[in-house]
Amino acid sequence: MPLPKAERIGKARSAALDRARAIHIAGRVLIYAVLIVWAIICLFPIYWTVSTSFKIAPDVMRGHLLPWVDFTPKWLGWRSLGLSPETIFQVSTVREEFLKRFTNSAITSLSASVFAVSLGSLAAYGLSRFNYRFGFMRNHDISFFFLSQLILPPVVLAMPFLVLYKELALLDTRIGIILIYTLMVMPIVIWIMRDQFSAIPIELEEAALVDGLSVWGAFLRIVLPLALPGMVAAFILSLVLCWNEYFFAALLTSTDAKTLPVMVASQTGSQGISWWSMAALSTAAIAPLVIVGVLLERYIIKGMTAGAVK
Amino acid sequence: MQPTSQIEHDRLFTVASDHMSPGRKATGRALLLFASLLLLAVFAAQVLDAFGTMHFGFTNWRPLLYAYVAWSVALAVSQVMVRGERGQRTLFVLPAVLFTVSMVVFPLIFGLYIAFTDWNLSSLTGRKFNGLDNIGHMWSDPFYWNALFNMVYYVAAVLVEYTIAFGLALLLNADIRGRKFFRVAFLLPLMLSPVAVSWMVGKSMMEIRFGPLAHLARALGWSSPAFFSAPGMAKLSIMVMDAWTFIPLMLIMLLAGLQAMPKDVIEAAKIDGASAWQSFWQVIFPLMLPVSITTVVIRIIFKLKIADIIINVTSGGPGGATDSVTSFIYREYRDRSNVGYGTLLAMVYLVIIVISVTVFLNVLNRRVRDVN
Repeated sequence: MPLPKAERIGKARSAALDRARAIHIAGRVLIYAVLIVWAIICLFPIYWTVSTSFKIAPDVMRGHLLPWVDFTPKWLGWRSLGLSPETIFQVSTVREEFLKRFTNSAITSLSASVFAVSLGSLAAYGLSRFNYRFGFMRNHDISFFFLSQLILPPVVLAMPFLVLYKELALLDTRIGIILIYTLMVMPIVIWIMRDQFSAIPIELEEAALVDGLSVWGAFLRIVLPLALPGMVAAFILSLVLCWNEYFFAALLTSTDAKTLPVMVASQTGSQGISWWSMAALSTAAIAPLVIVGVLLERYIIKGMTAGAVK
Repeated sequence: MQPTSQIEHDRLFTVASDHMSPGRKATGRALLLFASLLLLAVFAAQVLDAFGTMHFGFTNWRPLLYAYVAWSVALAVSQVMVRGERGQRTLFVLPAVLFTVSMVVFPLIFGLYIAFTDWNLSSLTGRKFNGLDNIGHMWSDPFYWNALFNMVYYVAAVLVEYTIAFGLALLLNADIRGRKFFRVAFLLPLMLSPVAVSWMVGKSMMEIRFGPLAHLARALGWSSPAFFSAPGMAKLSIMVMDAWTFIPLMLIMLLAGLQAMPKDVIEAAKIDGASAWQSFWQVIFPLMLPVSITTVVIRIIFKLKIADIIINVTSGGPGGATDSVTSFIYREYRDRSNVGYGTLLAMVYLVIIVISVTVFLNVLNRRVRDVN
């Protein structure tokens, strides 16, 4: 018995719908599979490092992965850093060393980021609003001059800085490191902030000027609050680059101003170092920025939106 | 050369009442003059002291630095006093310009001088000018050329990174659940220092006996997973680690671009019956081209500085297969204290970079103009 025509069409249509739905579901599954695989790729090394810091030798060698399931967490790695519960109240030279390096890293990267964001934002604002003329250089050339610092490889400056710093007694000082880090991240700050300021309508400042504010008053009271999210993004990016910087720190510091990456690197080199204490040290070194990343992630994307689109 | 033509109007146009008394102007000028004289005097004193002609008891060149800072402040103050409103505007850019110029230009000039000297920190003779000897040495230094050649591989890897980052950005921009979680997870590698990554991935996860990646490789049928002993494999491992830390940066830039894209364009393409594939190649990709170029250029610039991971994982080995220019020069400084030669290599590298980036940008600009 042939089916009535309407019913036949209905069946065909529902078959087509079924197929479309199947493709759709397969697509969703594929998307989530890719996302999950990449999330594992991103997170596993961090998980591995954190979990290894709680392992002892046999756990490492057998490649155990899950705490409490195939190995019992031990404080061994953290004890060698002087940061485990039993050792935290005792005197520990390793902990003092670590805390000194940690403080150095924190002070240098925070101050350099503050300097870079302040100087860079002022320059970016000026360049986005006024016409300048320094000799033959116009706005376009000044912007290019700042951004061209980005392609300057650190090796080019390293040796001259080593010699100059020696003469200026800035070698192995935090001030010296702060100066060079500021220089290193300022082009990026200017690049992000220039577009942030261009996105702010100029009429707001004109109104403020009519109301009797000076140029600087309008900038500080009107523009700055509006540009704050972008500045947070620039600040975080600067912080990341400065906290993780290794090259200059390795060349220009030795005992007083040595930063955390240099300490981590020097421990990696020595053969006798055990995995668990290395893992504990790495965990402690990456923890601050991982926390910053988790908490302030949305600002980074927001700040990039203006920076990348223009 | 008219100072005020129509084109030169500031975007933020100000009508300031610039009534400055002649006294104020004079004070400003005097201040700058005084600071300049002070700077010159300190400089002269330091030079005389350094050559031993006179003795002022300087132990280092710090006083000159202080004099320079004082001069910069005086310059800024006098700008406002002499030029009023216009000076206030200059004040926005002046600190950054002074800072960058003094931090870059002096060292660069000094570096150019070092580059043509024979200067080994461990030798007792100190530095002496040796003309073009360093260039001759460079010409016949196979390790430097090898490092330069490796950079070509490293930079080429950016294209692969870009493809991955773009794909991930598209997925994150799609209508998915748990977007916040994925975004944070994908961003995290960027937060880690390359030095920590060298240990976490290079030295422990890729460890031949009990690293998890070695386990995985064995399970997949590679019986002796040595990630750093064969030259090609070592290079690949370094690239993978570097990509792992920097794909997030490209990802967020591309994602930001995707999010800023007008939604109605894609809707229109969909209504016109374009498949996902077509709408990507004919709508999304061309619209994303400027963002893509910025992303790739920024990434290449970062890539040209690659060193930390190489220094800490392979020290350029095996046989220089993973050496980047920066890591090579770093070892020239660190192990052989060869300051003069190392600086020349760095200068040559800078010249190569500037030329190739300029050419690259010009070609790109022309291509983009052709497309549009």
